Amino acid sequence: MTTPISGPHYHGRRSVGGIMAQVMLALVPATAFALWQFGWPAVFLFLLTLGSAVFTEALSLRLAGKPLRPFLLDGSGLLTAWLLALSLPPWAPWWIGVVGGAFAIVLGKQVFGGIGQNLFNPAMLARVALLISFPVQMTRWTVPQPLFGAGAPGFVDGLKITFLGGADIDTLSGATVLGHSKTELTRGVGLDVSLSDVYAPLDHLLGLSAGSLGETSALLLLLGGLFLLARRIITWQIPAAMLGTVALLAGVMHLIDPLRYADPLLHVLAGGLMLGAFFIATDPVTSPSSGLGQLVFGAGCGALIYVIRTWGGFPEGLAFAVLIMNAATPLIDHYLRPRVYGRNRRGAPLTYAPEQLGREKE
Amino acid sequence: MKLFRFRGGIHPPTRKELSAGAAIETMPLPERLYIPMQQHIGTPAEPAVKIGQHVLKGQLLARASGALSAPIHAPTSGWVRAVTDFTAPHPSGLPILTVVLEPDGKDEWDEFPLPRDPFEMPPELIAERVAAAGIVGMGGATFPTAVKLSGATNKHIHTLLINGGECEPYLTCDDRLMRERAAEVIDGVRLILHGIRWGRAIIAIEDNKSEALAAMREAAKGYGQLEVVAVPTLYPMGSEKQLIKTVTGLEVPAGGLAAQVGVLVQNVATAYAVHEAIRYGRPLVRRIVTVSGGAIRDRRNLEVPIGTLVDDLLRHCGYAGEPERLLMGGPMMGTVLPHAMVPIVKGSNGVLALSKPELPEGSASPCIRCGSCVRVCPVGLMPLELMKRAQNNDLDGAVDYGLSDCLSCGTCAYVCPAHLPLTHYFNYAKGELAARAQQKRKTDYTRQLVQARLARLEREAKAKAEAAARRKAERAAKKAQEAQA
Repeated sequence: MTTPISGPHYHGRRSVGGIMAQVMLALVPATAFALWQFGWPAVFLFLLTLGSAVFTEALSLRLAGKPLRPFLLDGSGLLTAWLLALSLPPWAPWWIGVVGGAFAIVLGKQVFGGIGQNLFNPAMLARVALLISFPVQMTRWTVPQPLFGAGAPGFVDGLKITFLGGADIDTLSGATVLGHSKTELTRGVGLDVSLSDVYAPLDHLLGLSAGSLGETSALLLLLGGLFLLARRIITWQIPAAMLGTVALLAGVMHLIDPLRYADPLLHVLAGGLMLGAFFIATDPVTSPSSGLGQLVFGAGCGALIYVIRTWGGFPEGLAFAVLIMNAATPLIDHYLRPRVYGRNRRGAPLTYAPEQLGREKE
Repeated sequence: MKLFRFRGGIHPPTRKELSAGAAIETMPLPERLYIPMQQHIGTPAEPAVKIGQHVLKGQLLARASGALSAPIHAPTSGWVRAVTDFTAPHPSGLPILTVVLEPDGKDEWDEFPLPRDPFEMPPELIAERVAAAGIVGMGGATFPTAVKLSGATNKHIHTLLINGGECEPYLTCDDRLMRERAAEVIDGVRLILHGIRWGRAIIAIEDNKSEALAAMREAAKGYGQLEVVAVPTLYPMGSEKQLIKTVTGLEVPAGGLAAQVGVLVQNVATAYAVHEAIRYGRPLVRRIVTVSGGAIRDRRNLEVPIGTLVDDLLRHCGYAGEPERLLMGGPMMGTVLPHAMVPIVKGSNGVLALSKPELPEGSASPCIRCGSCVRVCPVGLMPLELMKRAQNNDLDGAVDYGLSDCLSCGTCAYVCPAHLPLTHYFNYAKGELAARAQQKRKTDYTRQLVQARLARLEREAKAKAEAAARRKAERAAKKAQEAQA
């Protein structure tokens, strides 16, 4: 594009690539910790997912006749794959990552016309597609096996687990706290019993429990989210509304029946809520752009997550909740616009009574 | 004083330090002055001089034409050498009718009858004198000041708001004017107050201009009806609507005027011009211009005769490098100059020669809907949605998303991480909208003419038929009479 002749001839020096890079930077602590927690298989899966996304993005761009450099270097594809990888079971087989990365980029993003054009969050779209297509692989969780720890697989064993499917994987599996409590509830076991051996709030906060890579350390994710808020990459509306709604609903239900409904702390710390509230629901492309719209969007995500977790068929509802609210984004943006200067909420020009202007009544 | 907050806004680096320390200097007379006949909003002025004629400084060069116009005066004494088309300070580079003046070097003022005490003058005379002096809004909008003043006398104005915001980066001409000529500016404010028969004025200055604030406060001492207020440094504070909101909490109704909420806004440089015109009878023939930017060696605030070429200013200040872009005005709302052979006009507050590192880099990429533009828009628009519609030529959709409320302040484009030229699209769409409105007026007028013609033809036909019927009846009556007789 040539230099526009209209102003401004001044720019705040922010760039799309810079924004993506800062989001990834904010993800580094939580990701590094999670990779350490789950060892080599997790590292391989993570790299495969990213590699698959970059490769398919390059392929799509070439097919569409678009320049590769600017679009590959903006980091958006990498970030999508990163978020997807964080939502996968850490020891999932290699093809989960490869298929997921390709699905996210090709069907989640490029078929809509590339960056900025997609209606749905590509990472969540890919995750849901994988979950529905391959429910077994997508729900096999592993208890943390810290890298270089006693029982952890080495480099070669890690390769075997990722590419051949480790034989002993079942012995290491552990359910997530949300999954476990849900299963037990269906068997008539109350939370007082079912949670007693799996629920440790401190472990969830620090990330010492079973789950996907991004479901581990709520604390590190929170810190990353606060970094994004401080850098003004994201706004407070979506995370606050989302966390607040989940906590509120969980609190009310917990008061009604503590044996059936887990307390707010568990809901906020466990599962993918923290990742979702700060990194996934805040995806700029698929969330509303006005502050009021973002509040509604965040509250909607939070309510849906709670409903799916509590009464739905899946123990975790982040991906479904985000996708449903993504679909509502154009509607939210259409109706919840900011008030325009000199106009009332309905868009009609403001009128003042004479006394508001310091005049005598005429 | 209680201040209010307008929504959005940005804090761009001000770069005012480049020229804020430079005291106002007089620009030496150039070899030729090129004085355009249109330096204001409204109808161009009509030349009132002949080629070869000698004029004195301040003598009338061109008469105002019509209700919304302003006269133009000779910026120095000399000879009229040509009345010809010359490049206007506009990105199009299109020529407009221009008087070319060759200074005689004496810079000799015409004689003006000095008023005794202006405060003894009938108020309507102030507006009259301001009109005769060719004063227009000097913040850049160039609306004829007298039209605003005489409009204000029959409306209920409760506040005269003097705009010393100067929120555009780089520009320091108003800052220097307030620092160095505070008493004159304050006098101008009092004269305007006298002209609109109202007593209260608020002088609003951004709080990053502490010396200007101090000087103006000092000068305003003893005048109870004047209040100097520090407003937060926040772009676009100098925009009339945003300043009114900040100081009064009122919002100008959409599509309306400041007078509707009882406020009259004038720029500090305009107040200074009013002082000159009323106290000394001097018409507006010069103004203070900031010459700055990375490609300028000596950044200055120059008092420049109207009609001086930008090229003369740049050479007077010297280059520090190859200018990448020439601007008239600030970097946010200023216009690109096609070249430097363009004259300074009444609304020119700055000339910037920007070097490459000062300019935005990076090319436009697709919108990622980050919503930064929505957060910073001082009007409350959704620039990203507006842009989509402007891009697709969906003018009705763009109007629905507030195209006509957009200030073109450039705040959205400043923050856009995708480097989208949002303001460019909006200006384009506004142009299309204006063209469409004009086309509609034309069509309506043509339809009216056609209808009028049809109505006339019908009337004529009816009249003819009636006359024929009457004659027939008369003939029949006559025949009947004859038969009887």
